[in-house]
Amino acid sequence: MRAAQASTSEAPLIRVRGLENRFGQHVVHEDLELDLYPGEILGVVGGSGTGKSVLLRSIVGLLRPRAGRIEVFGEDLQSLSADARSRLERRFGVLFQRGALFTSLSLQENVALPLIEHAGLARADAEALARVKLALAGLPGEAAIKYPAELSGGMIKRAALARALALDPEALFLDEPTAGLDPIGAAAFDRLILTLRDALGLSVFLVTHDLDTLYTACDRVAVLSRKRVLVADRLDVVAATDDDWIHDYFHGPRGRAAQRAANPVEDP
Amino acid sequence: MTEPGHIDQQDGRLAIAGDWTLVHYSTLKRQVERLAGSREPSHQGIDLERLDALDTAGAVLLMELVGPAALAAIDDWASDLPATRRALLRTLGEAMADNQPPTARPARPLRDTLARTGQMVEELWQQQRQLLGFIGQVLATLAATAWRPGRWRITSVVAQLHQTGLNALPIVALLTFLVGAVVAFLGATVLRDFGATIYTVNLVAFAFLREFGVLLAAILLAGRTASAFTAQLGAMKANEELDAVRTLGLDPIELLVLPRVLAMMLTLPILTFVGMLSGILGGALVCLLALDISTAQFLAILERDIAVQHFLVGIGKAPVFAFLVAVIGCLEGFKVSGSAQSVGEHTTSSVVQSIFVVILLDAIAALFCMEMGW
Ligand SMILES: Nc1ncnc2c1ncn2[C@@H]1O[C@H](COP(=O)(O)OP(=O)(O)OP(=O)(O)O)[C@@H](O)[C@H]1O
Ligand SMILES: [Mg+2]
Repeated sequence: MRAAQASTSEAPLIRVRGLENRFGQHVVHEDLELDLYPGEILGVVGGSGTGKSVLLRSIVGLLRPRAGRIEVFGEDLQSLSADARSRLERRFGVLFQRGALFTSLSLQENVALPLIEHAGLARADAEALARVKLALAGLPGEAAIKYPAELSGGMIKRAALARALALDPEALFLDEPTAGLDPIGAAAFDRLILTLRDALGLSVFLVTHDLDTLYTACDRVAVLSRKRVLVADRLDVVAATDDDWIHDYFHGPRGRAAQRAANPVEDP
Repeated sequence: MTEPGHIDQQDGRLAIAGDWTLVHYSTLKRQVERLAGSREPSHQGIDLERLDALDTAGAVLLMELVGPAALAAIDDWASDLPATRRALLRTLGEAMADNQPPTARPARPLRDTLARTGQMVEELWQQQRQLLGFIGQVLATLAATAWRPGRWRITSVVAQLHQTGLNALPIVALLTFLVGAVVAFLGATVLRDFGATIYTVNLVAFAFLREFGVLLAAILLAGRTASAFTAQLGAMKANEELDAVRTLGLDPIELLVLPRVLAMMLTLPILTFVGMLSGILGGALVCLLALDISTAQFLAILERDIAVQHFLVGIGKAPVFAFLVAVIGCLEGFKVSGSAQSVGEHTTSSVVQSIFVVILLDAIAALFCMEMGW
C-alpha cells in the first residue's frame, strides 16, 4: 500500500537548513536540517520537550528562527510580502497540539471559516462542505452545531483535523493528531491520512508519539534529539541507527509490539 | 488538463468532466442542484471517464449526485477509476452513509421573542440570587479563615495590593485632580453671581470628602480591577484550572477570591484618601490661580468649616464598595463558560454591574446621611 514516493532526486517541498531556535538561554534547535518531499508522510519523533512543536511552528512561520533558512514551496516565508505569504499559507493545513479551535464558533463554523474566507464559498455551501469534512474526521452529524467547550478531548482533535483539511492543503502539519484518540479512531485516522495522501498527493509533517502510526502511515521518520535531526530516513534504517535513545524507542516493549503488529512475519 | 469541471448530458447519460475542485465549487454546485431537482441520487447513467482533477470538495459534489451509498460501493460501478481515487470516494461515502445532519429547530419569531424576554428577566433574578449567595459564601470563608492565621494568604494579598492599589495610584490621583479643578471652576462660575466665590472652597471639600473621592476611585477600580478579576478567573475557568484547584482539595474561594477581596478592601480606602487629597489639591490650585484665594486662606477655611465627619462618611463607604466590586468581578469570572466570547461577555457584565452597584449604593447612602443629619 505504501507508495515509495520519497526519492531524494525530487526537489523538497520544505527545506530547513542551519535552523537555530532559542528561548532566552535555552537553545532548542541548533544547526538543524530537514527536508519534506512532495507526497510523503514524514513522521517526526523525539522525547517530550525536544522541540517538535517548535520546529513545526517555525516551518509554518509562526516563530521567527534565530538563524538558518526555511524554504517552503521554494520560497523563504520570512522574506515574503504579507500578501504572498498569505497566499502561501493557504496551501498549509495545521493541526495544533491542543486543537486551537475557535471557541466562540460551532464546529461547522470553525471548518467553514477558511472555506468562506479563502475559497469564497457562500456560507450555506461552506457549512455543508464543513459537515462532510467533520464526518470524514470521524465525528457524528449532530456534533457539527456543537461548540468546542461541549466536546471531549478526542472530538476536539478530530474537529481540528477537519479544519486543517478544510482547503485540501498541499502540505499538512499535524502535531500529535492521534494523542487522545481511542485506538479504533487512531487506526481510522492513519487510514484517512493515507487515503488522502494517495488521492490528493498531500505532503504530511506528522509529529507523533504513536508507534502504530509510525509503522502504518509514515514513509520516512525523522528523529529529533540533542537539538538537531539525528536521522531522517525509512523506518528500518532509522530503527537500526546506533543511538541509545533510538534503540530504546524502537526496541523497547512498545516499539517491539508496534513492529510486530505492523509486520507479523518479520519479527525475529 | 485545466478544463473547469462540468456535467455533459448526452442520450440521458451524465458525463462528469473536467476539474472537480474547490476552485470550481460554486459553478459545479449550481449544475448539481439543477440536476438534483429532476432525478433521484443514483449512479445510474453516470460516467466518470473524463474526470480530471478531483479533491474532497469535488468528491462531495459527486456524492450529492450519486448518493453516499452508491459512493461507498464505487468499486462496483466505476472500477476503471484509479484505485487511489476510488479509495477517496469510498472513504467519503462510508463516512457520510450513516451521518444524520443536525436538525435545526424551526424558527418561531413571536414565541422566541417572548421566550428571550422571559429568559432575561429570569436571568436578572437569578443573577441577584447568585450574587447574594456568593457574598454569603465569601463571608463564611472569611469567617472560617480569620481565626487561623496559618491559612492567611499574605503573599497573594500583597501581590494583589500591588496590582490593584499601587499601580492604580497615578491614574486615580490624576483623575481626581482634574475633576477637583473642574468642580472648582463650576463653583466659581455659579457662586460669582452671588458674590460668594469664597464658598468654592467648601464646595470642593464637601464634594470630595463625602462623595467624589470614594466614587471616582470606586468607579475606576470597577473598570480597572473588576474586569481584570473576571478575565483572570474566567480564563482559569475556561482552562479547567478552577476544577484542578477543587480536585486538589483546595477551596477556590479561599485561594483566589479572598485575597482579591481583601486586597481591594485595603486598597480602595487608601485610593479614596489619595483621591480626596488630590481633588482638593486641584480645587486649591484653581482657587489660587483663578479666584485669588491663597493656599493659607484655603486651609484656614477648610479647618474652620469642614468637620471630620464628612471625611468619615466618605471613607466609610470605601470598604463596602470595594467588597462589592471585588465580589462581582470574581463571581462573573466563575460564571464564564468555555469560550473566548463568554470571557468577553462576563467581563463587560462585571464592569457594568459593579459601576451600577457603586452608584446605587452611593445614592442610598447620600439619602440616609442626609436624613440622619450626618
Ligand atoms: N514560548 C516558549 N517560551 C519558552 N520556551 C518555550 C516556548 N515554547 C517552547 N519552549 C521550550 O522549547 C522546548 C521544546 O518545546 P516543544 O513544545 O517543541 O516540545 P515538543 O517536542 O513538542 O514536546 P511534546 O512532545 O511534549 O509536545 C521545551 O523545552 C519548551 O520548554
Ligand atoms: Mg509538542
